[in-house]
Amino acid sequence: MVKKYTGLARLERNWGILFALPAILGLCVFTVGPVVGSFLISLTDWDIGSTAKFIGFGNYKTILTEDPLFTKSLSVTVYYAMGSVPLGLMLAFLVAMLLNQKVRGLSVFRTIFYMPTIVPALANNFLWMWMFNPDFGLLNTFLKMAGLPTSQWVYSESTAIPSLIMMSAWGMGNTMIIFLAGLQGVPTHLYEAVAIDGGNAWHKFWHITVPSMTPIIFFNLIMALIRTFQVFNEAYVMTQGGPNNATLFYVFYLYRTAFTETHIGYAAALAWILFVIIMVLTYVIFKTSDKWVHYEGRSN
Amino acid sequence: MQITASPSAGRRHLPGRRVFFRAVVYFLLIFGGILMLLPFYWLLRSSFMSNGQIFMYPPQWIPDPFHWENYPEALTSMPFGRYFLNTITIEVLTISGVMLTSVISAYSFSRLKWPGRNIVFAVLIGTMMLPYAVTLIPTFMMWRAFGALDSFVPLFVPAWFGGGAFNIFLLRQFFMTIPKDLDEAAYMDGASPPVVLWKVLLPQLKPALIVVCIFTFIDVWNDFLGPLIYLSSDSNFTLSLGLATFRGLYNSQWGYLMAAAAVVLAPIVVLFFIAQRYFIEGITLTGIKG
Repeated sequence: MVKKYTGLARLERNWGILFALPAILGLCVFTVGPVVGSFLISLTDWDIGSTAKFIGFGNYKTILTEDPLFTKSLSVTVYYAMGSVPLGLMLAFLVAMLLNQKVRGLSVFRTIFYMPTIVPALANNFLWMWMFNPDFGLLNTFLKMAGLPTSQWVYSESTAIPSLIMMSAWGMGNTMIIFLAGLQGVPTHLYEAVAIDGGNAWHKFWHITVPSMTPIIFFNLIMALIRTFQVFNEAYVMTQGGPNNATLFYVFYLYRTAFTETHIGYAAALAWILFVIIMVLTYVIFKTSDKWVHYEGRSN
Repeated sequence: MQITASPSAGRRHLPGRRVFFRAVVYFLLIFGGILMLLPFYWLLRSSFMSNGQIFMYPPQWIPDPFHWENYPEALTSMPFGRYFLNTITIEVLTISGVMLTSVISAYSFSRLKWPGRNIVFAVLIGTMMLPYAVTLIPTFMMWRAFGALDSFVPLFVPAWFGGGAFNIFLLRQFFMTIPKDLDEAAYMDGASPPVVLWKVLLPQLKPALIVVCIFTFIDVWNDFLGPLIYLSSDSNFTLSLGLATFRGLYNSQWGYLMAAAAVVLAPIVVLFFIAQRYFIEGITLTGIKG
């Protein structure tokens, strides 16, 4: 019996490693390697087609002290994230709450609210250029019909980012589905306890729903931050970073530096700065999460 | 079991308020649902219109007349057949790689014991949070060094190495739901791990495989940055890249543009409606555990 078990353990080990091998190789070649590689590239003055020249932290120094487009693209991205992340989370939470009210036709509504997230980026951007068109877009058509002043939407410097924030809210379906799954997992006896204590709907929401949902809010918050800091398609397809750099998203600036201007050393340094910013943000949120995220089974 | 129903007793004296509450819920859902669908409708409507109709005010909600010819004209103005074929080729090469390697990796990470397994898995999951911008440039330079630019190689080969952390994670979650007794019984009969995977586990895993398959299909179909960076000659373009070029060439032909966009959009929407149940299950399973 003992012999048989060790035989099985050996079998498991050998097959286990063999089966995990593609993933391990992939991790090394397509993730760990490139992460290290991009740091090394970031220390060089290197244009595609020429030879690399080691310049230490020269790129970082230039970016942080004398690159106005870096400052611009970072502030554009932060502005976008500050609007898009809270708006998306709140709307997704609201819709999930509504869908959790034992409504009829749940699967139909769920499908409708999820659908925008599966739209190919290109088609999505076309669609919204169409919505935003100042002359014959749907949004201005509505404003005109309501007798309100129309807007230039993505075509004007001041309204471009708010327009894109609004557009991002349309794609909150993924976040919503995850919230909905979480809401369905909140134990009903907790609500009953509040009802017995004479609590109303608001008490249930504030004292049961929100605390139970904090791990999921936390998860969605981190994922949304990582996503919004890397917005690219909107800038590339819809605005080309304009007007007047109003939508010069960070990754679009990085793309332009690397693949249009071919300064890959400089672009790699931009990528690493973004990496560090996202890591710091994630770290800060993780640190504060002790104070506001409640995990089930953990004592108060 | 208990005769008293205290939770509902509290509500019973407020039927009016309750009806009102439900009416508000439905109103918000229907209103929100219309807002979600409206852009789709606007796209579809415009795809059947001439420029003259599009510029009209007040707008036509239903095109009059229908310009069906927008579709054939848009589709023949560029080699969309070629783009479609390219996209499908990348789909097949990617999906087969993902299916094969993510299943065996997820199996290994969830049910086979080997030293260092948990650390490797933790690192793998950690990479889901890595910004893609960081790996973009070195990966590009690597493919350039291999002479693989302007081919499908950089687009599908990574799929054969694990099939992506997300898919491994998703399949692992599914594997965890299958009782381990099944494996053990098969081992007692002298089966080896690959036999257990193939004969015992795979049949149970069908819904999960469908989820992975659909997610991968959509990812590939929607990928824009990858083809944009790696493909340069027109004959290698994918649909999304072709659509972007199309936009540059037919900037003022809005009807054509919308027709082309609708054609790229249609397969995904149809697929989504057919498989929406699997979809939601997949997201739920990974999201909640994440």
